[in-house]
Amino acid sequence: MMGKTIAEKILATKCGKESVAPGEFVLADIDLALANDITAPIAIKQFKEITTRVWNKEKIALVLDHFTPNKDVASAEQSKFIREFAKEQDITHFYDTGRVGIEHCLLPEQGLVAPGELVIGADSHTCTYGALGAFATGMGSTDIGVAFAIGKAWFKVPESIKFVYTGCLQKWVSGKDLILATIGKIGVDGANYKVMEFTGPVIDSLSMAGRFTMCNMAIEAGGKAGIVNPDEKTKEYVKDRVGRKIRIFKSDPDAVYVDTIQIDCTSLEPQVSFPHLPENAKPISEVTKMNIKIDQVVIGSCTNGRLEDLQVAASILKGHQVSKDVRCIVFPGTQDIYRQAIKAGIVDQLVEANCAVSTPTCGPCLGGHSGILAAGERAISTTNRNFVGRMGHTSSEIYLASPAIAAATAVKGYICAPEDI
Amino acid sequence: MIIQGKTIVYNRENINTDEIIPARYLSTSDPDQLATHCMEDLDKDFLKKRDGMGAEVMVTGANMGCGSSREHAPVAIKHASIKAVVAPSYARIFFRNAINTGLPIFECKDHEFYTGVKDGHEIKIDADAGTIENVTTAKHYKIQPLPPFLQDLISHGGLVQFARKIKG
Repeated sequence: MMGKTIAEKILATKCGKESVAPGEFVLADIDLALANDITAPIAIKQFKEITTRVWNKEKIALVLDHFTPNKDVASAEQSKFIREFAKEQDITHFYDTGRVGIEHCLLPEQGLVAPGELVIGADSHTCTYGALGAFATGMGSTDIGVAFAIGKAWFKVPESIKFVYTGCLQKWVSGKDLILATIGKIGVDGANYKVMEFTGPVIDSLSMAGRFTMCNMAIEAGGKAGIVNPDEKTKEYVKDRVGRKIRIFKSDPDAVYVDTIQIDCTSLEPQVSFPHLPENAKPISEVTKMNIKIDQVVIGSCTNGRLEDLQVAASILKGHQVSKDVRCIVFPGTQDIYRQAIKAGIVDQLVEANCAVSTPTCGPCLGGHSGILAAGERAISTTNRNFVGRMGHTSSEIYLASPAIAAATAVKGYICAPEDI
Repeated sequence: MIIQGKTIVYNRENINTDEIIPARYLSTSDPDQLATHCMEDLDKDFLKKRDGMGAEVMVTGANMGCGSSREHAPVAIKHASIKAVVAPSYARIFFRNAINTGLPIFECKDHEFYTGVKDGHEIKIDADAGTIENVTTAKHYKIQPLPPFLQDLISHGGLVQFARKIKG
């Protein structure tokens, strides 16, 4: 038999087949179904069209992270509706203000996702969990509502693209830069319907935070999933978080890929993606020369809201001040990350540098609240999308970058590298 | 299934879900309210144009509906009285959401269809025959057939009905 990819192996296991091939439609058992305060209301309504009890109260995660702490009456009503459903169904993994984190930082941290599992979420960045060697993908609310009822979802088995990262990373080059460069290379639909399998020595030595960041943005190339074959780092990450038995799947050496893309990272610089698509990536040396003035810096989100990200930002801001012409807003990914950042003195360094440090929320990333841009304003953000109007007014602009570039920019007021301050 | 109507054409690739329904309106999931903001950040005059032309079929560029998983996007389009969407390709979550929520979407890979079609043209989609006719220009084009699995899903009346059957 021909070799199989990790994605094919997980999907085959979850639909009880010996093997599956790309293009095949399967109905598979779900290990976890996720929805947030925007997508859960529709999921719950669809669920109620089917049945009255959820299939498994321990395999559902409801995370109120987008418009929370609630920004207005309408969003408060949505949260209330979900809260009541969670209580009625006795949902184990319900996260409300004070306990909630940004879903894709929170679920791995809480041990709700493990290698070899199949996770679906009514949020496009559900693909983040591929960093753990899980198959995780975003769907719509109806899919999730149906999963709440029957514990299954339909899949078209995707083809996989193998990305091989080689060479040595320069200082300040992170998982964010790798993925922005990759999207720059293949385009925003370069992996449409496909799995992006990230491999090579650079990925082997990349931190878990960096791997989460890369898998998180697979969707920005249209990917159905991003995935990293689990290794010792993965096992170490889940060791004290996941109590249940885990199953490690890895791609066979003779697995079949629709494409293999080699990326030599030795000369790769930190990247900045220009408005209004994540594929508009340029190296920082080119960008610095353009003297692009910035009004707001956002550090955080499901892409870059992990402790390592805050650490990098604080290390650059230490001993400096945010430029008087800039607002710098920092969003830790979860309560746990927030506490660790407090204990490590990171929050103190950020506040001392005049950053506004917020409770975990998706707020500014999607133009929801807590950092909306006015007409013509420009932001640099460690988030994942720079679409027209994404963070506010349709004439505002978003540049995507790593925490290091964002922090340096906060000090100087124009897009630059840490070496420039 | 035959769908016939006048077109509204957005010949742009990568139309994203933030343009189709901006996040600032996601504090509701009411389909009719969502429809009043449909396409707002791409074209604030969409609803006016739709009414002016009596448009019922939306034609767009490739990778239609990329971005977030918000089902609100196809729901807003459907409830803005758009009976079908035609594009060379769709972002996968948008495609899935459209199927699941009953917005008929069609893939037409023929470049000439897009160079020929203009706002207000009358087009006729024959899903079973796998064809699109631009009635105004009297030209015919092929559309991609839906896989049998999805046809089965649609014939059940969508995913919720399908799940009901499984649940028994």
